[in-house]
Amino acid sequence: MARTDSWENLVKGVINGDVRLMARLITVVENRQPGWQEAMKRLYPESGSATVIGITGSPGAGKSSLTASIALKLAEKNLKVGIIAVDPSSPFSGGAILGDRLRMQKLFTCEQIFIRSMATRGMLGGLCHAARDSARILDVFGKEIIIIETVGVGQDEVDIVKTADQVMVVCVPGQGDSVQAIKAGIMEIADLFVVNKADKPGADEVVADIQSMLELSVEADQSIPSVIKTSVVNNQGIDELVEQLLQARQKGFLSREKESLRIRAEMKTLLEEEIFRTVSRVWQDNEILEQLVMEIRERKNDPYSAVQAMMQVYKSDKN
Amino acid sequence: MNQQERIRVLIAKPGLDGHERGARVVAYGLRDLGFEVIYTGLRQTTAQIVQAAIQEDVDVIGLSILSGAHLTLTENVIKGLKENQAEDILVIAGGIIPEEDKPAMQQMGVHAVFTAGSSIEEIADFIKSTKGESADD
Ligand SMILES: Nc1nc2c(ncn2[C@@H]2O[C@H](COP(=O)(O)OP(=O)(O)O)[C@@H](O)[C@H]2O)c(=O)[nH]1
Ligand SMILES: [Mg+2]
Repeated sequence: MARTDSWENLVKGVINGDVRLMARLITVVENRQPGWQEAMKRLYPESGSATVIGITGSPGAGKSSLTASIALKLAEKNLKVGIIAVDPSSPFSGGAILGDRLRMQKLFTCEQIFIRSMATRGMLGGLCHAARDSARILDVFGKEIIIIETVGVGQDEVDIVKTADQVMVVCVPGQGDSVQAIKAGIMEIADLFVVNKADKPGADEVVADIQSMLELSVEADQSIPSVIKTSVVNNQGIDELVEQLLQARQKGFLSREKESLRIRAEMKTLLEEEIFRTVSRVWQDNEILEQLVMEIRERKNDPYSAVQAMMQVYKSDKN
Repeated sequence: MNQQERIRVLIAKPGLDGHERGARVVAYGLRDLGFEVIYTGLRQTTAQIVQAAIQEDVDVIGLSILSGAHLTLTENVIKGLKENQAEDILVIAGGIIPEEDKPAMQQMGVHAVFTAGSSIEEIADFIKSTKGESADD
């Protein structure tokens, strides 16, 4: 029955604090089902009070485990927490195993914490929207801190963390050049580095590596990001980490300049998505596609002209 | 179906048995057939399973139970869903479930029981056809 809820009802549910309707709206928005834009338009003015923390770092570094520890600490401080945990979709089947909850079992029945797993789904910039929009829904729902755990690979990574207010990069000892492996583009936007698995040998070396790299790369007038050692298994460094995150939150808001940049970036990706969707409607028109492929095979046409022809179809479609 | 829509399945292991293999095989099998599978690991309480299903807005909960406590555990999950107005979530069960208990489970509201002989395709087809029906009405 509830599956057919209108977007108006789902939005009302979000505003009234109904978990089930809110979770359902996330699905509608993630799937880009009818009404998703109307719902987001309606929610946007109410959003903007939550702090969004993006966590990145290579697979296995302990992002989910850290997320769980941080969320528990925040809940103890009576903060309401939302978690969005992203895992990759299979490029073959389009399916996914979303396993981040494995490390978060303790949080399942904590009322202040909401966890949503999300697959990358491989659409152009798609994940970035789904994660950002979901964070916005959680924000209006009343979550004060929203943690987005990313996959740890790919360009999506950089895009998602760019939407966060605070970016935390997780490294671990024993991964060879783990510091070298930090993706270009992430380094520059990291607010905080965490060296996790400090119960293992080599953590201090990783801390030193990061610090020396930061000294080289950070401009004189910028503040140097902190580097914190943690061990989830020994519950070490978590308090300090949470303190840091909360302090940064207190300092609060983005500069107007940064906010404008972010709004532009969001508009650009939404526009790209919109164009991509329209183009793929043309693409999925099999008759035209088959015809063109045949012509190209017989050297009567070429892929360059074919694509331009498709653009014509797209343009005339709109009128 | 919209290209971006995916059927979401929660694979959960309630109760105390420590055998994860069957649940994993089903989870990965469904992944390979295009489902998004939320895997939550061993020893879940039924309250945890219900909350996870609601937050993840899954279409289906697949319970894997080998402990012999399938009747109580399933009943608790279904009760929890009802209490949260989430009874539209499909519940299926698998594991070691004696033939004679199947009617009782179906009575409770379990939509299907799959045991060792069932193939992943069977499970996938069941989910797709049942979900398709409910989407039509
Ligand atoms: N020794 C040790 N293992 C950890 C620590 N944190 C996480 N792990 C383990 O590292 C593995 C990967 O953790 P997970 O949180 O799933 O990493 P993710 O892929 O980055 O989300 C799991 O087996 C964890 O139990 C830690 O501080 N110390
Ligand atoms: Mg993870």
